[in-house]
Amino acid sequence: MKEISLILNHEPRTVMVAPNEILLDVLREKLGVKSPKCGCERGDCGACTVLLDGTCVRSCLVLAIEVEGHEITTVEGISQDKLSTLQEAFIEFNSFQCGYCAPGIILAVTELLEKHPHPSLEEIKESIAGNLCRCTGYTPIFDAIMAVSKEGK
Amino acid sequence: MAMAHEFRYERPGTLKEALQLLGEHREKCRILAGGTDLIVNMKEGMVAPELVIDIKDIPDLKEISIHEHEIVIGAGITFADLIASDVIINGFPILHDAAKTVASTGVRSRATLAGNLASAVPSLDSAPALLVHDACVEAASLQGTRMIPIQEFFLGPRKTALLPDEIILSIHLPFPDKKQGEVYLKLGRYGGEDLAQAGWGFVVDADRNYKIAHCALAATPKRALKIEQFLCGKELTPQVISQAKEIMREEIAPITDIRASKEYRLHVSGVMLERGLKAAFDRLQNREVHPQKLLGGIA
Repeated sequence: MKEISLILNHEPRTVMVAPNEILLDVLREKLGVKSPKCGCERGDCGACTVLLDGTCVRSCLVLAIEVEGHEITTVEGISQDKLSTLQEAFIEFNSFQCGYCAPGIILAVTELLEKHPHPSLEEIKESIAGNLCRCTGYTPIFDAIMAVSKEGK
Repeated sequence: MAMAHEFRYERPGTLKEALQLLGEHREKCRILAGGTDLIVNMKEGMVAPELVIDIKDIPDLKEISIHEHEIVIGAGITFADLIASDVIINGFPILHDAAKTVASTGVRSRATLAGNLASAVPSLDSAPALLVHDACVEAASLQGTRMIPIQEFFLGPRKTALLPDEIILSIHLPFPDKKQGEVYLKLGRYGGEDLAQAGWGFVVDADRNYKIAHCALAATPKRALKIEQFLCGKELTPQVISQAKEIMREEIAPITDIRASKEYRLHVSGVMLERGLKAAFDRLQNREVHPQKLLGGIA
């Protein structure tokens, strides 16, 4: 076991990890952050998406020990005071039903909108091509994102 | 779910330290860059290294350096880096096409080109681009470095010419001698993240010299030399294309698996050959091409 330090949702944290522990499990079971979900466990579904130094990664494919000295942000970290404009739009458009894919999609689109505040529909589709949703069929998700990107124009 | 087996983890800060560890432990260790293949393989018990060497802290590996005759892509360069790179967009558009077809954004932000080559699966999206550009893989060990031509790099499914004490340092891509048009076509089962059912890379120049390579259609990614020789100097008339499709059937050796049948792969390769060659010509003549739209929007 080794003690690692990281910034989790803007807060310095330390945690004891073994080399074979996966970041997703450590976030959920040791650090109490429950928004990243375990879906496929092999990088296909996107439910475990977290921001690592501001960029989306699959936390099921990252060793916890790899993020020593790095910054991890989850949905908890982007809505500490209030829901983001994007989250409000997802509610307004009924974008999610069961919600299992929601944290991953929120983070993937948060990163997209930071880099491209006014993305095309194609860019939106590409940004969440690796985030599977089996409830609402993506259309209300795209609608909400398009609405947010137009608002800022 | 933690991985069942335990291992030691090292994150050396210099290449020398990494090579020393690798030289000591050889087959008992694995190199970790993006981890998008390695962690899956470890979770599924396909590999169980005693030592994992994380190379992300080695400084020189994270750059694309531009030289007079070539570019050198460091082993730490991810597919997201390639997609964002001007020299790749303008100088090696086929590699840009290929990088955009690899998995999805959350995987491309970690997965490296070098790691993709080291995994050496038959459906390797980056391989046709490297094959048609006559790339070289620079490998390093404690004994020094050597260049492995990409044509000699893939030995079989998941088997490469790398020795147990060698690490991929970089990928060298020579600039083409003259202007050429190039494109990569990938067919998956649906839009979004999928492995290739078939992948084809095409290069053509104004003298009608062709370079063609494929993936997911044989035990390793390969150049299609017979088609290249047949097409050399020829105009792409309907008759020439249909002859090329006949030769193609001899050149590839697809199998039936979960993603497609052998018969479908043979058929769709003919379609891809025709559309891809025309798309490469379009690019040569500076016409805009969207590879993902050439196969019915599914890529």
